[in-house]
Amino acid sequence: MNALRGFLRAQRLGRRAVSLLHRFQSTLVIAEHANETLTPITLNTITAAKRLGGEVSCLVAGTNCEKVAQELSKVPGVSKVLFAQHDAYKGLLAEELTPLILEIQKQFSCTHICAGASAFGKNLLPRVAAKLDVAPISDIIEIKSPDTFVRTIYAGNALCTVKCDEKIKVLSVRGTSFEAAPASGGNAAIEKISAPAPVGQSEWIEQKLTKSDRPELTSAKVVVSGGRGLKSGDNFKLLYDLADQLHAAVGASRAAVDAGFVPNDMQVGQTGKIVAPELYIAVGISGAIQHLAGMKDSKTIVAINKDPEAPIFQVADYGIVADLFKVVPELTATLKK
Amino acid sequence: MAAAGLRAMVGVKRVIDYAVKVRVKPDNSGVVTDGVKHSMNPFCEIAVEEAVRLKEKKLVSEIIAVSCGPQQCQETIRTALAMGADRGVHVEIPAKEYESLTPFQVSKILAALAKKENVNLLLLGKQAIDDDCNQTGQMTAAFLDWPQGTFASEVSLDGDWLKVEREVDGGLETVRLKLPAVVTADLRLNEPRYATLPNIMKAKKKKMEMVKPSDLGVDLTPRVKTLSVEDPPQRKAGVKVETVEDLVAKLKEIGRI
Repeated sequence: MNALRGFLRAQRLGRRAVSLLHRFQSTLVIAEHANETLTPITLNTITAAKRLGGEVSCLVAGTNCEKVAQELSKVPGVSKVLFAQHDAYKGLLAEELTPLILEIQKQFSCTHICAGASAFGKNLLPRVAAKLDVAPISDIIEIKSPDTFVRTIYAGNALCTVKCDEKIKVLSVRGTSFEAAPASGGNAAIEKISAPAPVGQSEWIEQKLTKSDRPELTSAKVVVSGGRGLKSGDNFKLLYDLADQLHAAVGASRAAVDAGFVPNDMQVGQTGKIVAPELYIAVGISGAIQHLAGMKDSKTIVAINKDPEAPIFQVADYGIVADLFKVVPELTATLKK
Repeated sequence: MAAAGLRAMVGVKRVIDYAVKVRVKPDNSGVVTDGVKHSMNPFCEIAVEEAVRLKEKKLVSEIIAVSCGPQQCQETIRTALAMGADRGVHVEIPAKEYESLTPFQVSKILAALAKKENVNLLLLGKQAIDDDCNQTGQMTAAFLDWPQGTFASEVSLDGDWLKVEREVDGGLETVRLKLPAVVTADLRLNEPRYATLPNIMKAKKKKMEMVKPSDLGVDLTPRVKTLSVEDPPQRKAGVKVETVEDLVAKLKEIGRI
């Protein structure tokens, strides 16, 4: 009887120790947005942050981003939205955002700081980590515990489990590896943060964005991608027609980008975007290691290629060995029916 | 600062050649590197090429190529010298310690060297294709308190400022950075040249200095521990279909369309 009581007490104490740990754990998520709109990868990052245990706060910094702060305050699991508005945050320059994040860190002493592993997150987080004198961890795909993470190396050809003993863990999160947090049901307080003095060593001038009515590549459910086999930029129209039938985003291999068929921001791969849609259709893409790194976590992969030896067939669930110039229009026509 | 006076430093990393299919060691401690073809990280080649082009435009006066790691890194530095760098610095790190080295320590080394050599432009690749970290340029910029132009697809000089076109998710953006600055190269920045035989011969005569991290006051204590390296899950073999109707039927069956 006494032994049982002792056991129960030990268990209770153990549980209290865990909850204490969680109480002291807190994560700051740096929200990515284009002033008026929240970038979807932020919602995936919040899911990862929630998995760390402890409190989750979000920082929204920009020139005109009150709407985004409102939006984030409704995400369940977010306990606080920190909101900083200043003209210096135009273009979300890392040189200007870093001192703001350091200031917040001084006030709130977070145990984890994270952002999505997008161009924005990759540019910003290592600068923040260096200023905190800690080693950051890039593009994590799994959280094993608050200090142990899994990430890929060698273009996705190996999984590396790392343990980080830094006092502050700075992490970028692969969006496709964590589900998006729901956009409603929460009720976080919005807290205004005053901006530190502008640094002024960099200046945002302009951006040239690729305009498209199609879904965004990294979050699309279906992706149709073209490679060298398309032969010209004009022929990409075949893929756009097919994509329209599937409400798909259109991607490309490096070969297609280098040949000038499509702009760089459509590139899928180790050095381009990482996608993991439900359906990925690779058209005229051989399947080089660097391309596979960006799409091999797709749920279903279809390959259309006239070369039966193309490496893409080794990862494709369904393959068709045929001329894409015949197959793609036929596929589009069949889907129209 | 006179434009002609820009002193550039380029970081180069020796990595397993991009075309090699890597193999995970049976003890899960890392990937097999012995007897495997190595070359200069492709993004570093682009950084070297850009430095050489800036020198050819007379915007840069001297190019210093730096690599951190074991003895074999000297080959990588020689390659940079053959492409047009003026001299090399090899930061010697024994193989054992190199295994646990991360961008954190490399950035501290590069920052210390940039100060020591009094450079005002540091060019790096945007990421190494082995660790895929994409951190070193940003961290070095932070340690130096310099601005950063990451994922650059175009670099031009604008007085005391550097104009950098960057590859971002939705397209391109242009920023202006006050020199001194750090720039990391994206694939589209340029097409690296091949070193010609006469240039390879000339490179052998160029100066290469050896330094130790301790000379620069950098501590190599590991900050992140690798617990294991494993093969990623293998995909199940797929099937070939003969006709478009078949393909559509199969995709409908599993609810993908």
